[in-house]
Amino acid sequence: MDELVLKEQIADETEMSRRAFLQGTGLLLGFALTGASTESVFAAPASQVVENEVTGAFAPNGFIRINPTGAVTLVIPMIEMGQGVYTSLSMLLAEELEVKLDQIQVQHAPPNHALYVNSIIGIQNTGGSASVRAFWTPLRQAGAVGRNLLIAAAAKRWNVDPATCRAKDGVVFDASGSKHLRYGELAKAAAKLPVPPAANVKLKDPKDFTLIGTRAKRVDSSIKVDGRALYGIDTRLPGMKVAAVAISPVLGGKAKTVDEKAALAVKGVRQVVNIDETVAVVADHTGAAKKGLEAAAITWDDGPNGKVSNADIVKQLEEESKKPGAVARNVGDVGKALAEAAQRVDAIYQVPFLAHAAMEPMNCTVHLQKDRCDIWVGTQAPTITQSQVAELTGLPKDAIKIHNHLIGGGFGRRLEADGTILAVKIAKHVDGPVKVIWSREEDIQHDMYRPYYLDRLSAGLDAAGKPVAWTHRIAGSSVMARYYPPYVKDGLDPDAIEAAAEPPYALPNIHVDFVRVEPRGVRTSWWRGVGPTHNVFVVESFIDELAHAAKQDPVAYRKGLLGHNPRALAVLLLAAEKAGWGSPLPARHGCGISVQFAYGSYTSQVAEVEVAADGSVKVKRIVCAIDCGMYVNPDTIEAQVQGGTLFGLTAALHGSITFKDGRVEQSNFDSYLPMRIDEVPVVETHLIRNAEAPGGIGEAPTAIVSAAVTNAIFAATGKRLRSLPIDMDSLKSSS
Amino acid sequence: MAITLKINGTPHEVDVDGDIPLLWVLRDVLGMTGTKFGCGQALCGACTVHLDGQPVRSCQTPVDSVGDSAITTIEAIGKTPQGAALQKVWLELEVVQCGYCQSGQIMSAAALLKDTPKPTDDDIDAAMSGNVCRCGTYQRIRAAIKHAAGV
Repeated sequence: MDELVLKEQIADETEMSRRAFLQGTGLLLGFALTGASTESVFAAPASQVVENEVTGAFAPNGFIRINPTGAVTLVIPMIEMGQGVYTSLSMLLAEELEVKLDQIQVQHAPPNHALYVNSIIGIQNTGGSASVRAFWTPLRQAGAVGRNLLIAAAAKRWNVDPATCRAKDGVVFDASGSKHLRYGELAKAAAKLPVPPAANVKLKDPKDFTLIGTRAKRVDSSIKVDGRALYGIDTRLPGMKVAAVAISPVLGGKAKTVDEKAALAVKGVRQVVNIDETVAVVADHTGAAKKGLEAAAITWDDGPNGKVSNADIVKQLEEESKKPGAVARNVGDVGKALAEAAQRVDAIYQVPFLAHAAMEPMNCTVHLQKDRCDIWVGTQAPTITQSQVAELTGLPKDAIKIHNHLIGGGFGRRLEADGTILAVKIAKHVDGPVKVIWSREEDIQHDMYRPYYLDRLSAGLDAAGKPVAWTHRIAGSSVMARYYPPYVKDGLDPDAIEAAAEPPYALPNIHVDFVRVEPRGVRTSWWRGVGPTHNVFVVESFIDELAHAAKQDPVAYRKGLLGHNPRALAVLLLAAEKAGWGSPLPARHGCGISVQFAYGSYTSQVAEVEVAADGSVKVKRIVCAIDCGMYVNPDTIEAQVQGGTLFGLTAALHGSITFKDGRVEQSNFDSYLPMRIDEVPVVETHLIRNAEAPGGIGEAPTAIVSAAVTNAIFAATGKRLRSLPIDMDSLKSSS
Repeated sequence: MAITLKINGTPHEVDVDGDIPLLWVLRDVLGMTGTKFGCGQALCGACTVHLDGQPVRSCQTPVDSVGDSAITTIEAIGKTPQGAALQKVWLELEVVQCGYCQSGQIMSAAALLKDTPKPTDDDIDAAMSGNVCRCGTYQRIRAAIKHAAGV
């Protein structure tokens, strides 16, 4: 997006919020609810979308609403896409507010940078494995502020010292326990009391937590087992039409011929919208829209990118990566150390473009009117979406109402507003609300892909095999430079080099740099795990190469380089121990290990694989040790380790998007393969408990798994894989 | 053309072309959005419903091919013994993440348990490998099916 727009947006919202804050909490509440609608279009089961404004509420901050009936609402700043934030963030609030988890309903926060920014990311985005890390303190503080005010209101009514009262399960009790008042009964009185600064309230000692750290049940499960859960794609509005879309197969192309007459002849088709880059057929239902789109028999003018191919993209990376890039880290004298080393190891690694392929295909419902634009979508980036729609429509930002929804798998795809922008462009031509649904093929072929990277590495080992020199050059697209330019300083993309600039090992002479190479005709973006997903594969494979060159066991070699890094060492040793590292294995079986520090968490994985004579790889078992500091819900962590591991493993085994004649060669789940139940390994999680600051979990297992698997393949076959996805043909047994 | 469909025990009349997939009739015409769209090509199982107790992919089932068959969707599978048992263990074992594929997963699992009350791992692989989950809940899906079946 436009850098200026984002800067302005943040400045605007900060200013609006500052003014709102100065004028008191009443306005703050009003501001917070500007994005919520009063329409009761949706059924709203507990803990789903609560679109009705809570009036007369106790609202001491952006997060809490308590109404006189006693309903407690968490205005949740982050979106639920499977990672469990409805539950974990509710747990953080409930712990200090002293309510039971099942007393809380959640309402999606409207776009509001000042109230709901994710402090780790710097934007109101759900991503970066940052939700618990960012809201660990603010939500507990919010809960404590609320509890203190409710207790104060009760104490005032009883004319007693608040210090003698206590709160539990949404009720305030006096010292004797004989008097009690429910939060709902206190809401109006508490709303009149001055709100103490959040930083001044005393928070519980973690040893007194009764909810945080427990295996509390997910609050969004029950609506997801009987069809009640509403995702963006489930939006239904009075008078709504549905649009099926065909987007130019080549980026920058446009429709050449469209048989509108044939499309309009299909029963239920109402309109054909041709906006050059995309043709939309608008109909009463998706079935008619898709049938009409087929009848339209669209032909395309490919435009300037009709010759784009993977071969050319890789060739460009090979050439550009020979030149020095922006320096991410430079310690010691790498050139000298490399020249004097007893042994030198060089390698080139490559990872492919990847699609997100979330189960819920891209979709967005828009009702564009003269003075407002309502948007029903599941988005990880509500403020960015609002700004981009404001720019496109010319409407003020507060006229852009974002009705956020559960997301049927985000994985970074919904950090981009392109799906919403396309829907608004189509809605400009449609009278009334329109739901734009992409087919699976459109979803895969018009994704914004994890960049293709090419990495060059060299290391020098001393006579004992220790790495005395380490150079690593990363070449590829800079997502950050497009998405959030202020974070890129002197050409250095902090995401592209994350987990490469600072490997966990003792490396006395290290030089890491980044060469930005933008592929023509390809859109790139965030993909679960972002920078580390690429870099940990490279770094952990290369350190394995060094262990082999030094003729040392991979665990022992890493252990020797982690003496200064006790948390990394601890996860390494725990994973190795739980996996039974070193136990004898049959022929063509092998174990591989990897270690990472990313997203504030330390992770180590051991993969056990079997490589068949025909080269096919069976991953039999994954053992994961993780230290993510203080944690909220260990069951969610295990679920994320299982799921995140499979997300990364799917990519390692099957994932690759390739271009030919400007077009993506994959189209559906038969050519962009997901893992299925019959090929998944058992994933074991071993969680270290400590009092360190909370770390992220959603992406850690995704980033770490591929190196553990390719290192295991090396152990099983002696074949070092330096590119993904795994080339099974290269693993055929020669005997 | 007017077509009468028997869905979850209730007749519904719809007026659409006969080649329109059942999925869109359920979701868009009748507003039963629990059945999900995932791929449109019977490759992911998100749209699974039962026709006379047998699992079918509604995205590839023309509405005029349904005839008198009884359609069961996720909204009513809890009224069958298998569906109720699966929904219960799905909650006990915390299977869901994003949840989008889970309607189809439960519909496939309910059909499996109806025909094979004590499934082996191979039975589970055969019955469930048509259902894709990008969140990676497979380990818990397998455990939940076994738990519901008491194996």
